[in-house]
Amino acid sequence: MRFYIRKLITFISTLVLVSVITFLVFQVLPGDPAQIILGVDADPQQIAALHEAMGLDRSAGERYLMWIKDTLSGDFGTSVRYNRPVADLLLERLPVTLSLALFSLGLTLIIGLPLGIYIARRDGKLSSLLLSLFTQLGVSVPSFWLAFILILLFSVTFKLFPTYGYTSWSTNPFGAIRSLFLPSLALAIPGFAVVIRYLRNTLLDQSRMDYVRTARSKGLHEKGIMYHHILRNGMIPVITIVGLLIADTLGGSIVVENVFALPGIGNLLVSSIGARDLPLVQTMVLYIAVIVVSINFIVDMLYKVIDPRIRLKR
Amino acid sequence: MAILKKKLALGISTLSLLAVIITGCGSNSTASNSVGNSANTTASNESNPSETVQNSGEKVMAGGTVRVAMSTEPDNLDPYLSAATDTNSMMDNVFDGLFEAGEDSDLVPAIASSYQVSEDGLTYTFILKQGIKFHNGADLTSKDVYYSYAKLSGLNGQEPLSSKFSGIESIDTPDDYSVVIKLKEKNAAFLAANIIAIVPKDYEQQSEKPIGAGPYKFVEYKPGQELVLEKNENFYNKDHTPVIDKVEFKIMPDANAAVLALQSGDIDMIPGISSQGVLQLGDGYTVISGPQNMVQLMALNNSVKPLNDVKVRQAINYAIDKDAIIQTVAEGNGTKLGSNMSPAMKMYYQEGLEDYYKTNVDKAKELLNEAGYPNGFDLAITVPSNYQFHVDTAQVIADQLKKAGINATIKQIEWSSWLEDVYNNAKYEATIVGLTGKLDPQEVLGRYETTYAKNFFKFSNADFDKLISEGKIEINEAKRADLYKQAQTLLTEQAAAVFIMDPNRTVAMKGNLKGFKMYPVQKYDFAEMYYTEQ
Repeated sequence: MRFYIRKLITFISTLVLVSVITFLVFQVLPGDPAQIILGVDADPQQIAALHEAMGLDRSAGERYLMWIKDTLSGDFGTSVRYNRPVADLLLERLPVTLSLALFSLGLTLIIGLPLGIYIARRDGKLSSLLLSLFTQLGVSVPSFWLAFILILLFSVTFKLFPTYGYTSWSTNPFGAIRSLFLPSLALAIPGFAVVIRYLRNTLLDQSRMDYVRTARSKGLHEKGIMYHHILRNGMIPVITIVGLLIADTLGGSIVVENVFALPGIGNLLVSSIGARDLPLVQTMVLYIAVIVVSINFIVDMLYKVIDPRIRLKR
Repeated sequence: MAILKKKLALGISTLSLLAVIITGCGSNSTASNSVGNSANTTASNESNPSETVQNSGEKVMAGGTVRVAMSTEPDNLDPYLSAATDTNSMMDNVFDGLFEAGEDSDLVPAIASSYQVSEDGLTYTFILKQGIKFHNGADLTSKDVYYSYAKLSGLNGQEPLSSKFSGIESIDTPDDYSVVIKLKEKNAAFLAANIIAIVPKDYEQQSEKPIGAGPYKFVEYKPGQELVLEKNENFYNKDHTPVIDKVEFKIMPDANAAVLALQSGDIDMIPGISSQGVLQLGDGYTVISGPQNMVQLMALNNSVKPLNDVKVRQAINYAIDKDAIIQTVAEGNGTKLGSNMSPAMKMYYQEGLEDYYKTNVDKAKELLNEAGYPNGFDLAITVPSNYQFHVDTAQVIADQLKKAGINATIKQIEWSSWLEDVYNNAKYEATIVGLTGKLDPQEVLGRYETTYAKNFFKFSNADFDKLISEGKIEINEAKRADLYKQAQTLLTEQAAAVFIMDPNRTVAMKGNLKGFKMYPVQKYDFAEMYYTEQ
């Protein structure tokens, strides 16, 4: 029980800290938000009207308290730029980012887990060396570069997938899959490269442990040792990484969403920071903080399920 | 198999090209970097836009859809609340004003059929065309003009929405098709302001579902995705009936992805493509390029030492080689300037100033010597880091200044800091930026007036101020043009800044998409465009 209370306290204090920092950052950033939104050729009249609409005529403390109060009561404010409730905007973007996250996570696991085990079991053989080389590439190549290569290969040359845009699930499920495939792949390639490398390393470490030797000496089947003993322990770092990957993608993959012009969270975050759309930015930063903290929490829970020693310690 | 190989080869060769491009133009900005994003801009004409692909014996196809890659999102669909140039370019197809911008910086009657200005220059009488209908089917009458202008000028009892209209004293509508506007004081720039949209009276949902009288109707806007327009079958101007059925503006923030999408056939048009993008496209596309009525300049803060000495400013002008900048930074796609006016503004442009300061390093050194700086001086050039085009220009200039003994250092700052420090507070020595042109010369040259609040040049010259204030009230077009031409010459003589170039606007389209015209404002006139059979 103490474990949960501690987690809850961390959770809340993180959110408070994030909210204060987010708010402060936008106070100290140079420039008048109204001027940045409207540009240099804006009429003084337009700027004055926007100042009032954004509440910039009030003190920072007052605005912070108002923001927190509204947020706690479920009112995330109105976006300056879109002139619509922030909650609506987020709900609109969430399906895109969620689909993208699930898709790329699926690809990461489907490709990453078997290959990681494969390399670990055939350590030192030519095929595993080649795979290692490939994963090294996958880890080091930036995702925007990957995105362009994928577009060039699959869209421009072979015309298999659209170069940009998002088709919603409700209008055309097949179109949705088509529009999400390349961006998911661009995200998944670095993802599964990392999973493969970590899985291989921990599996190899584990297989040199005493408990494995004991199991072998007892005459247990090699396959059984791998799947029942080694893999169980080897999964812990993998879960950490997968957790990080999910948190990253749910926060919106800024680069990939921009290249493929996907209307997701990352895309929205970039455009709202550029436009100094404070209500929108603040809520999005909070949202991302909630996601990251929650996923860390879930990952901790999963450790306990997999490793009884962690369960006992608490 | 052979096809597959060919495709692979094509893919790989494009890849290598892409490698160059991606490193070269991360933020892709040819010319679309202006100070700010305002509603108006430029003329083309003169140095005629070049069309690289031309088909003869073409046959016009009826209908079709144009998908346009837009790098930014609309800021507001209500024409009175929007300030972004890109938004205006999209929505200009939906709205019409009393006038519209012609190709030669002239005003073409749109909703108005004719107008008259009183002797004293204070009363404007507009006669409207009859039979014009808004997209909701309502007739457009003088009541709508009254409603629109009352909103803009604040005559409806609210805050005025535009300073260009706040000088209106009263608006009368003697009958359904005439509007009489009285100004508080003479203002020759008022006429050009009438390109602003006329909206249906008592309709308050322009931000959600805009309604105008233009050649295209608004269909929908999906944030982050697209803005869709469709042909207005009842458009009043029968000589200008749209051919294209549908226009879809796709929001594509990444410039390289847009080029790839044009190559794969997923979009049809990229306005504002980079030179590298054009190279990557290769043959088979229509590429149009021309001046965009922007003035890229190195602003000098006339109030700080040693730049407050005209000789020093002239020395800097002599030390800089504009042709070299145009060649290296814009790859030759720019028009050399000598003052704060682009030749796109045909009517007001003072010719011959571009070579007033022929590059001459010796002359520069001599002037510096006379001004008391025989060993040169240090100069900080502050540039907005998000505009690669200006950063590159600064680098070339710093090199050139070195030869004259001026030691320039480049200080890159964020755009919002630039707005604050340089534009609002004039806390800088030199900066490089592009000033978006306007349809009226007052808005262009008024930036240098001593009393202008955002005169970040800190330029102050009594003769100049006199010319500008005379131009403001001169109704006779020829006389007015002459006053502004004199003002330009004065800016050049006084070396208020280093006026560099008008960078070209380049538009790339599918090979069979035709009819794109360049205007002195950033306007994409889809009613003029059509597909030809390939």
